[in-house]
Amino acid sequence: MFEIGLGHYLTLGAIIFTIGVVGIFLNRKNIIVILMSIELILLAVNINLVSFSIFINDLTGQIFTLFILTVAAAEAAIGLAIIVVYYRNSGTIRVEEIDRLKG
Amino acid sequence: MTAHALFFYVFSFIAIISAIMVTASKNTVHSVFFLILDFISISCLFILIGAEFLGMIMLIVYVGAVAVLFLFVVMMLNVAQQKNKWFAATSGSKHIPVGMIVSLIIFFELIIVIGGWKFKPDLINNISNLNIPTTTNTHMIGNVLYTDYIHLFQLSGMILLVAMIGAIVLTFRQREGLKRQSYIKQISREKKDGVELVTVKSREGIKIDV
Repeated sequence: MFEIGLGHYLTLGAIIFTIGVVGIFLNRKNIIVILMSIELILLAVNINLVSFSIFINDLTGQIFTLFILTVAAAEAAIGLAIIVVYYRNSGTIRVEEIDRLKG
Repeated sequence: MTAHALFFYVFSFIAIISAIMVTASKNTVHSVFFLILDFISISCLFILIGAEFLGMIMLIVYVGAVAVLFLFVVMMLNVAQQKNKWFAATSGSKHIPVGMIVSLIIFFELIIVIGGWKFKPDLINNISNLNIPTTTNTHMIGNVLYTDYIHLFQLSGMILLVAMIGAIVLTFRQREGLKRQSYIKQISREKKDGVELVTVKSREGIKIDV
């Protein structure tokens, strides 16, 4: 209980990952919250990588976390730009009304 | 060690609660605020575990850039007023129970994997052979990042450049009827285009046709 090991951090990562997946599945509001859920999932992956890197005493996990951080920032910028363009064109970003592709 | 456990539980509790609030909050602005709180507590956990550089980078990149970008877009798009119920499903929609079941299955699979894995035996020997690091975390990351991973580092810079150009190209809009300065017109204008010498007759004046 009071001995914090690798399993505690992995459990935290699993819980945050699941919350992100639930946020993607159940969201009906707007697509920005879905982007935030994707950020949560990437955060859970970062927690896993950093905790393994610390407990194995190997720096590769932290390097990978740095690259994931870069890709997440780029993804957020591009995704928000796409959302801005879509809102300008169609006037809504609610998930239920984005059905132009008839998916 | 007890203090470590206490801080771990406090920060992870805050992180989990704020992650739930990110997805469950009705107001999108509140979601962004809880996202900021989540990133802050996770970076506190990183600093606690010994990855100081990544914790600080996380604070700078996420809280300083990404979350403010989210906040900017949310306030620009005026979606904060679109308050809807979280489970406001349309009639006959089956996606909520299916989504919950799939999420629970994913969670239990992850928990099973976490409970059941173990290291390879020779990896344990390698860990015990490692020496205690003498320099700081940032120094060690720099030693590895700029030597072994230099190509990936430059590639990530290219990714950021492409993302920047893409965001600018996507949101660029040429507006009609906008008065702006044209340097080439200004420079190429000559004296005979702009100035005309008129001999004014006495007592008649001139008529300016503008």
